[in-house]
Amino acid sequence: MPKPDSLQGSLDLLVLKILSRQPRLHGYAIMTAIQARSGEVLRVEEGSLYPALHRMEEAGWIRAEWITKDNGRRSRLYEVTPEGKKQLATEESRWLAVTAAVNRVLRTV
Amino acid sequence: MSLWSRVVNVYRGDRLSREIDEELQSHIEEAIAQGRDPAEARRAFGAALRLREESRDFRLIPWLDSLRADAIFGWRQLKKNKVASAAAILSLALGIGACTGAFRLIDALLLRPLPISQPERLYVVSFAETDRDGKLEKFDSCSYPMFGEWRKVVGTQAELLAISYTERTDLTYAADGEMEKAVRQFVSGSMFSSFGLQPALGRLLVPSDDLTPGKQPYAVISYGYWTRRFGQDPRVIGRSFRMGNDLYKIVGVSEKGFTGVEPGTVTDIFVPTMMVAGSIGNSNSFWFRTFVRPGLGVAPETLRSKLYASYRAFEQERAKGFTNFPRSLLEGYPRTTLSLQPAASGISSMQGDYCVSLAVLAVMAALLLLIACANVANLMAGQAAARTREMALRVSIGAGRGRLVQLVLLESAWLAFLAAVIGSAFAWWSAPLIVNMINPPDNPARLALPADWRVVTFGFALSICVMLLSGLAPALRASSVHPAGALKGGADPRARRRLMHALIAVQTAFCFLVLFVSILFVATFDRLANQRVGFVAQRLLSLETFAQPAQSATYWNQVADHLRTVPGVESVALAGWPLMSGTMSNNFVSINGAPPTDTLAFFLRVSPGWINTMKIPLIAGRDFLPSETDPGLAIVNQSFAKQYFGGENPVGKSFEIVGAAGHWTYFAILGLAGDVIYRDLREPILPQVYVPFASLGARGVAEPRNWATFMVRTSSSDPLAMASTLSSEVSRARSEFRVSNVRTQIEIDQSHTVRERLLARLAFFFTLVSLLLAGVGLYGVLDYSVLQRRKEIGIRMALGALAGEVTWRVITDVCSMVLIGAGAGVVLGFIAARYIRALLYQVRPTDPAMLALPSLIIFAVSVLASLVPVIRAVRTDPATVVRTE
Repeated sequence: MPKPDSLQGSLDLLVLKILSRQPRLHGYAIMTAIQARSGEVLRVEEGSLYPALHRMEEAGWIRAEWITKDNGRRSRLYEVTPEGKKQLATEESRWLAVTAAVNRVLRTV
Repeated sequence: MSLWSRVVNVYRGDRLSREIDEELQSHIEEAIAQGRDPAEARRAFGAALRLREESRDFRLIPWLDSLRADAIFGWRQLKKNKVASAAAILSLALGIGACTGAFRLIDALLLRPLPISQPERLYVVSFAETDRDGKLEKFDSCSYPMFGEWRKVVGTQAELLAISYTERTDLTYAADGEMEKAVRQFVSGSMFSSFGLQPALGRLLVPSDDLTPGKQPYAVISYGYWTRRFGQDPRVIGRSFRMGNDLYKIVGVSEKGFTGVEPGTVTDIFVPTMMVAGSIGNSNSFWFRTFVRPGLGVAPETLRSKLYASYRAFEQERAKGFTNFPRSLLEGYPRTTLSLQPAASGISSMQGDYCVSLAVLAVMAALLLLIACANVANLMAGQAAARTREMALRVSIGAGRGRLVQLVLLESAWLAFLAAVIGSAFAWWSAPLIVNMINPPDNPARLALPADWRVVTFGFALSICVMLLSGLAPALRASSVHPAGALKGGADPRARRRLMHALIAVQTAFCFLVLFVSILFVATFDRLANQRVGFVAQRLLSLETFAQPAQSATYWNQVADHLRTVPGVESVALAGWPLMSGTMSNNFVSINGAPPTDTLAFFLRVSPGWINTMKIPLIAGRDFLPSETDPGLAIVNQSFAKQYFGGENPVGKSFEIVGAAGHWTYFAILGLAGDVIYRDLREPILPQVYVPFASLGARGVAEPRNWATFMVRTSSSDPLAMASTLSSEVSRARSEFRVSNVRTQIEIDQSHTVRERLLARLAFFFTLVSLLLAGVGLYGVLDYSVLQRRKEIGIRMALGALAGEVTWRVITDVCSMVLIGAGAGVVLGFIAARYIRALLYQVRPTDPAMLALPSLIIFAVSVLASLVPVIRAVRTDPATVVRTE
């Protein structure tokens, strides 16, 4: 089982979100996209990213496809499945609920 | 991805690993292309191997993956020890095959429900009565008038079906065609509809086919008979055949799979009960079983009490006509109880005859399998010992206990699986073979032996048991390895030997039990086969013959005269039926007008010269003369003289029997013959009376007979060689005569010991294999322990130990185990003997000889098995051992 990373379970959410905006990205692109979109705040470790990708693929949220690049090497591109979109919606609302709750606590204490 | 893709990924694990690696590699390249430091990019990944394993686990099913890996490893392990593995597989296969074969037989004969609708709602009327010796006698024959009474009593609460006993009978399809045999059953017209059966062709019998005695000669043939006799020719409908005095018309073929209600016999022809015209109104003729199909919501007990009340009233009325019955037997008549036995699996005499025998064979097969399992467990334990270091290494690099158990268990799973495959082939072949051995060759038992889910499930469950029995103990032991100690090489070797020794004791106990029981069976068969029968069966041929129409004794004698002229014939005589054929006629005898005693005497019609042909000693008086037709003449046997005349010479004295109509028949005794076995090999010899074959009937006129037996003594030692000549000579002498069945007297005699012969043979086979396996097992354990103790033995010998001491040290443990096992075997044997008493004849399990023989054999096998290891131990060269260690 993957170890909980620094993003505390939000990795799935981030990957699904990125892929829903930009379909067909390979692992490295997903990593850099998360980094760029978060303003260089969030950094995904490679050691967490790939097991997570494979797990989500197994769960049916994303699907992958091999393409051959110009230099003859192959690259694995991911995109979100309809099921993954549903999952994204639940994860998103859950995240919002959690952060809202955390914010409430921060404000009141 | 689906579960399926994860299963598939298990079998393409290498490709999966490559793909994961490739993806990670492309990531690193991408990173380097984007300007990251190559070393840093690689370092960011951490342990690539761990990453790959993690990803792999998502994309396939980890337990299946490890199972697959261990299965492959186990297979390689087996291939490494080819000889040992092959021996293990073969011995397990023999055990599994024997068990599956026994299960197939027991299932087919006793357990499998009949292929009819709602078999659980089928009952059969059964009677029980305690005889004079206090033994419970069971029977189930009924008379038609009683059956009619029962039908009235139960009304609509249940459907009653009369189904006759199967009989192998003669019939012919053309007016002057060959006689052939078929198994016939008289059945109620409502049977087919009540059983929910459909015709495969034509129509089945219906209630309206079964109304008028003797007037509805319709026949339905079974699917099997249709296939066997007619090659499934649809034109069979409408064909007719002659059976007895009636010409029957085939109206249909019954449903495939329905073979009648008697497991062990396959019915060919079903005809209506009304065709037994002579017995429909006769309340003294018992010829069928009554089956009961209770209506919905009707308790069997309600029906039983109704049937019983009706039965008692009917029998008491019938007893008023018993003129020749001893008074003592009529008190409280009928003393019989009536019960409804569930008949979901059918009902047959073979079930009763073979129930215990098959159970014994099944237990023997199971013991054989257990002995084989113990051997394999010992083999695995030995191998696991050799692999202690490997196991320790596995533990120290992180293998869990469960995984190690799985590793070893999968090896025995391979053994069990391969053994099951070979074993099923063995069972496939052996079960029909045993069925063929059940009945005498002229009327073989036929048992449907389908290999369906019941058999497959049994085989599968058995393989799992075998896997656990032979592998679990070694697996648990192997998994409990302590790496630190084992890697240093200091594990306690005695712990492992303890398991092996315990298994040796168990093996010996089982082996002793099998040996003991089979010696009882062989002794029983021996006693029965060598039982004195009182006549000489060698070179004797019996020709059971029909005459159509019935012929008077004059013509029967003409045929006998003709047979006497055939070359190779020594003498010919006529009898009602052959001795020991199971057919009998008996009556109560009175002396000097006294009331009849309650000992029955057997009667048999014989022609002059019969006593001579059978080579029965004539002790006093004389044989009948060809001219004598007086019905009041008799020759009696010694038991008769003892029973009725206190052992005095009865020649010249007389006795009477009381006929059914109440009139007395007087018999003058002409001769005294030696005792012979009349009906059954096992029963005590009863008084016997021979009366002239040609004797006139009650009104002084010759009675034509349609059935009798020519007894022919041939001069050649192989009487069967003359069978076909004699059969055709009978018809040539007079065309009205046809031989229905030719058997040697030896064959008839042997039909009484078929079961004992079968048991003795199979028990002998099981014993041989058990002894071999136990011997091999003992050898293996001893050999292993000698090998393991080489160092110790070498040092002892270097210090001056003698060969005797070394031998003693090597065999002492195993010896005590064999003794313990044999002791347990004696106890088990005595327990088992209680259950098989009914199968034994003049053999006492407590007889010292019965115990001494198996003990001796076990001792001899143990000595033989330990010879080689002991020699090896004694020949240990101390110098070599000390140098190598």
